[in-house]
Amino acid sequence: MTLPDDWEMVVGLEVHTELLTKSKLFCGCANHFGAEPNTNVCPVCLGLPGSLPVLNREAVDFAMRIGMALHCTIAPSTFHRKNYFYPDQSKDYQISQYDLPINAEGYLDLPDGSRVRIERAHMEEDTGKSTHLGGSGRLAGAESSLVDYNRCGVPLVEIVSGPDIRSSAQARAYAAELRGILIATGASDGRLEEGSMRFDANVSVRRPGAPFGTRCEIKNLNSLRSLQRAIDYEALRQIELITEGGTVRQETRHWDENLGETSTLRVKEDADDYRYFRDPDLVDLAPDQAWQDRVRAALPPMPAQRRRELVALLADPSPAQLDAVEVVIDLGLERYVHAVAAAAGDAALSLSRVANELAADVDHVANLTLEAFVTTVAMEQHGELSATQAKTVLSELLSVGGDPRAIAAAKGFEQLSADSLGATVASLIAAHPDEWSRYREGDEKLAQFFIGQVMKATRGQANGKAVIAELQARR
Amino acid sequence: MRSARQIAADVRSGASSAVVELEASLAAIAARNDELNVFLHVDVEGAQAAAAAVDARVARGEDPGPLAGVPLAVKDNLCQVGVPTTCSSKILEGWRPPYNATVIDRVVAAGAVPVGKTNLDEFAMGSSTENSAFGPTRNPLDPTRVPGGSSGGSAAAVAAAMVPLALGSDTGGSIRQPAALCGLVGVKPTYGLVSRYGLVAFASSLDQIGPFAASVGDAALLLEVLAGHDPRDSTSLPEPAPSLVAHVDDGVAGTRVGLVRELYEGADESVTTAVRAAADALRAAGAEVVELSIPELGATLSAYYLIAPAEASSNLARFDGVRYGLRVAADDVTTMMEATRTAGFGAEVKRRIMLGTYALSAGYYDAYYGQALKVRTLTINAFARAYERVDVLLGATTPTVAFPFGTKTADPMAMYLNDVFTIPTNLAGDPALSVPFATGEAGLPVGVQLLGPGRSEARLFAAARVLEIADGRP
Repeated sequence: MTLPDDWEMVVGLEVHTELLTKSKLFCGCANHFGAEPNTNVCPVCLGLPGSLPVLNREAVDFAMRIGMALHCTIAPSTFHRKNYFYPDQSKDYQISQYDLPINAEGYLDLPDGSRVRIERAHMEEDTGKSTHLGGSGRLAGAESSLVDYNRCGVPLVEIVSGPDIRSSAQARAYAAELRGILIATGASDGRLEEGSMRFDANVSVRRPGAPFGTRCEIKNLNSLRSLQRAIDYEALRQIELITEGGTVRQETRHWDENLGETSTLRVKEDADDYRYFRDPDLVDLAPDQAWQDRVRAALPPMPAQRRRELVALLADPSPAQLDAVEVVIDLGLERYVHAVAAAAGDAALSLSRVANELAADVDHVANLTLEAFVTTVAMEQHGELSATQAKTVLSELLSVGGDPRAIAAAKGFEQLSADSLGATVASLIAAHPDEWSRYREGDEKLAQFFIGQVMKATRGQANGKAVIAELQARR
Repeated sequence: MRSARQIAADVRSGASSAVVELEASLAAIAARNDELNVFLHVDVEGAQAAAAAVDARVARGEDPGPLAGVPLAVKDNLCQVGVPTTCSSKILEGWRPPYNATVIDRVVAAGAVPVGKTNLDEFAMGSSTENSAFGPTRNPLDPTRVPGGSSGGSAAAVAAAMVPLALGSDTGGSIRQPAALCGLVGVKPTYGLVSRYGLVAFASSLDQIGPFAASVGDAALLLEVLAGHDPRDSTSLPEPAPSLVAHVDDGVAGTRVGLVRELYEGADESVTTAVRAAADALRAAGAEVVELSIPELGATLSAYYLIAPAEASSNLARFDGVRYGLRVAADDVTTMMEATRTAGFGAEVKRRIMLGTYALSAGYYDAYYGQALKVRTLTINAFARAYERVDVLLGATTPTVAFPFGTKTADPMAMYLNDVFTIPTNLAGDPALSVPFATGEAGLPVGVQLLGPGRSEARLFAAARVLEIADGRP
């Protein structure tokens, strides 16, 4: 979407991600999704009188990984209390980092070459989950409310970007790239639909070069699509408001996915005074150099680097291949392509198979060994399997595993040797002299005619590329 | 009553038993609890089970621990599994914790028998135990007077010889001040020496759990059991617990003592006289005594009454009627929370929540809470400079002896001034104790205060022991 002439949007994103730690941020309760309500709790995360928090070192590891992947400075940090009354907050305050976050001043480079500054990436605890019965499903007007404290105390990292984003598409690209980074660090599963990543967008509009306008914050966007639509809606709303002589009020807004519009949640004047102060129950956090070095040494390559390494395997990649690269990086499956390339196989063919066949059954990819994949691609590349047969073999390997040659043999995919294919092609040329001479004169369509004839003669066992190679050799 | 050391020795040798000692304690409680209002809850069955367990350990030839069979009173802001824990507040009435405070686990492992929960100023906010929702505790030495506070029930339990030992908590003097007013030894340990896990927080950066005892030796015995690192308290000191009992009789030869003007000026004549006499007694035992002034201490009372309420305003937010304790029904959750807190908290607690909320509010933080933190840093530095010159500081614990009921309740500032000598060391995080020395007005006991740098408890006990002997309690 483009904005009306002479308007520019300014967007900053706050992204919350749950960390994949074994236990919660300040207690030993398991950090997992889907237990019976209020069964995964203890005196600490329930905030019972007298209980005290103890920081989970694994959460610090993950937070530092995120910071390092975003080129942040790892700084000595502190924990504060954010005070507000709400039933799903068991202590009626949230432990969060405030003026001294663990990660500060980094950046994220997007695939289009733009750079978005990262102001901070800090640690905090999640709240419980309220369910409001009766009324509109919100707290106001509900007949009763139920609270599940299982999520209370789950570790979060909040990543705050600078106000550097200038379009909803760029916001989406930022969110997608950040998601890839979070998954790559192992800190998050990136599952938007389960709420393990959530977005807040600060949106304002201005004339290019003018000072920043008044911003509105759209809370709790939970898909890339909602993020993009909500930003577009909000920017246009503000432009319309200003164009009609109004002014934008600083406020927090709610995105209604069904209506496709934002609405006021609360205005700035009503905002809570959170009375932040250092949590006296926790000590300062200052990971020493050795701890930082251990985390940095264990940091796997990030999507941008992995994307570069994958693209480098392709000669003159097409737009479709670049899309395939995105799919493969997103799913973290590039090891299959690299294995084929390392075995001097056809990287482009393997990319296609990974981006399509493997991506379609990604939950079972653990069944498919690198060795089996390399062998299958080589068999297809050398004409031992047709494309259709290769896909069938991969499907079998993904569902139950096994040896590709054994699977091919069991399915009756007879090996068509180069010799016998050559003989078949030669006899078909002899049988169709007119078509052969037109092909030799440059009518490429006739290649398809001969492939069809070969397939017929071999009952589909031949490989189309191998047929073309035989035809070329005789041209 | 026999000392805790004597009781433990008799139980270990078989000369007595934990069950016999418990029966004596329960009888003493029954005799005076209605009059004095010391215990809010006596856990007869739990105590009997604990005593029987100690006796069983003795019978099996196992080591029953250094507190074998010693009855112990517990301030009612410490969590004990299944035992009502009220903090003397209506808002927690009926709540039974599902877990033990670390100090409860430690004393039970050492063979002590917790007999019940003692009265306090609501959420430990007060200096007379008059702020309890369940009525004031009377001073056993003169029931027309307060026992001090906030740990007034624990002090009275020992002073009335119901138990030889009790646990208290000290945020601004809440162990030392009632110890002084009841003629006991009371210790505020180094911050972090004793785990706070299971202590219902008043002001987390100041709260410390500590012992009440009738003698220095008993206080050292209990603190040695309480002290030590606890992985459940992030502010717990990592170092191993210091040896205390072994150093009680070390004496003060060569110890440098600083008599601090700001820690006794303004006190009653009889209190000042006792402090000077204590300085003489230490000098007579071989200490070098010098007079000191630490002007920074003049700002500590104001700083304390910003920092402690600020932390309390946050710590007490959780009492909202949603999960436990009192709930006053209302049509919506916000109204329910307001109605619950309005009905559940007493006037002093509300006053401090409001003070603390104000001190942390946007636009006021820098002028109040932020400024108080600076004073705190100055206080820490001032004490550190003093400890470059001397080993121990000496002063009064309280400005007066135990005062009659109602004399300070009308004026919060008059009550707050009771803590003017005890508050500075809480801000610094250093240890201090109160030991009875001489008598003051109306023949009531006076407490003198000994202060030292972090982890200097052994030296404080040794100095206190010298004063105890000089005061005629060998």
